[in-house]
Amino acid sequence: MAAHFQDYLLHLADNALILGQRNAQWCGHDPVLEEDLALANNSLDLIGQARLLYQHVAAVRKDGKTSEDLLAYFRDVPEFKNYTLLELPHSTALAPTASGDRDYAVTIGRNFLYSALMVLVWDGLKSSSDAQLAAIAAKSLKEAQYHLRHAHDWLLRLGDGTDTSHAKMQSAIDHLMPYTQEFFAPSAMETAVSKSGLGVDTQLLQATWNQLVDDALAAATLIRPATGGYVSTGKFGVHSEHLGFVLAEMQSLARAHPEAVW
Amino acid sequence: MAADATPSLAERLPEGSMAKKQPNEPFYAVWNLLESVCDPEIPVVNLREMGILRAVRQTATGLEVVITPTYSGCPAMSQMHDDVVNALAKAGMAARVLTQIAPAWSTDWMTPQGREKLRAYGIAPPHASRCGETNANVIQFASKNRAASASLAVPCPQCGSQNTTETSHFGSTACKALYRCLDCLEPFDYFKPY
Repeated sequence: MAAHFQDYLLHLADNALILGQRNAQWCGHDPVLEEDLALANNSLDLIGQARLLYQHVAAVRKDGKTSEDLLAYFRDVPEFKNYTLLELPHSTALAPTASGDRDYAVTIGRNFLYSALMVLVWDGLKSSSDAQLAAIAAKSLKEAQYHLRHAHDWLLRLGDGTDTSHAKMQSAIDHLMPYTQEFFAPSAMETAVSKSGLGVDTQLLQATWNQLVDDALAAATLIRPATGGYVSTGKFGVHSEHLGFVLAEMQSLARAHPEAVW
Repeated sequence: MAADATPSLAERLPEGSMAKKQPNEPFYAVWNLLESVCDPEIPVVNLREMGILRAVRQTATGLEVVITPTYSGCPAMSQMHDDVVNALAKAGMAARVLTQIAPAWSTDWMTPQGREKLRAYGIAPPHASRCGETNANVIQFASKNRAASASLAVPCPQCGSQNTTETSHFGSTACKALYRCLDCLEPFDYFKPY
């Protein structure tokens, strides 16, 4: 049980850290100044949530060597348990070695799909039997609500916008939606923590999430693509080729100067 | 990343705003010294008025001051931590500063004086928080129809006009949104309900 709970905390933390890192890549490059501020703030919240969760893992392990920095900067791809969705580049499907322009519709689509899940997850985790996780959830819920509102507003604006913005938003959703199957795929870790009252079972949230997504897509004049086929496996530590590049960038400074302080 | 910034849940602290302590109250000297410690981002309000300063207590290991973060990623936390330690050290007091996250900070905890200072400084103070109430209220989106959200008008801190518009959900810091007054045309920050 203890191992499952730690894995679950790492899963929540890695989700926040990897999406925080991805969204921070827009800093200085967003389409408009207001969005530069919005995404930087969004990343700040996510990285703050990750820090609280990593600190909690360190407190639970009590091994004297685990720290938030060790968890963020000195683990490798197979040890990360974030959803594959969150590590994808800000572009629709590309060959692994290709690089494309960042596509804001992908950024917005992903933030919408993820924050729509997290308002439900954090709301459920407010009643976790682990007091510290419940406290982190109560705080993170407030932030996730702002993230959802931001992403939803842009989803509407781009979906129900010009022909070009509509087409881009639709192809972003077509690209991203299959990865959301992973949200609801059963895992030993989630089954164990939801049974014991420490965590929540995302399968129980699926109907509410579906409704939220359906309503938003309809309001944005977008069509929800059928999903099926391959289910991504990031939360089991089996990632896409993209996570290694995210980690290389994120971890290089800490690994070049271990335990440096400023 | 300060080692003693680790959140602890040793005790669930009371919610709500903190009134200014009177000389006959416990730890008055400490509270009084900390009146001079301001929010590094908004130097006109102190930590008590912001609702960030939560408790002062004596433990077996010494004096403890408990603060709570506004947003999870608030980058000013370590600065506030250091400012509290330094303010007390100047008066010859050694204190440990703990960061506690439960109950979660809310803008509802700002004192009326703190709100007035914000307004005078040019930041519109927050409406009552509706965050995190219940699951049913989680999904509240901005309406495409601006009139539908008119009840949430944010008065301009410069001229008092209710005729204002949001230019960005996210402003110069995580806790603020950017607004513009349609009467005096001044842009201003709005402290978001949290």
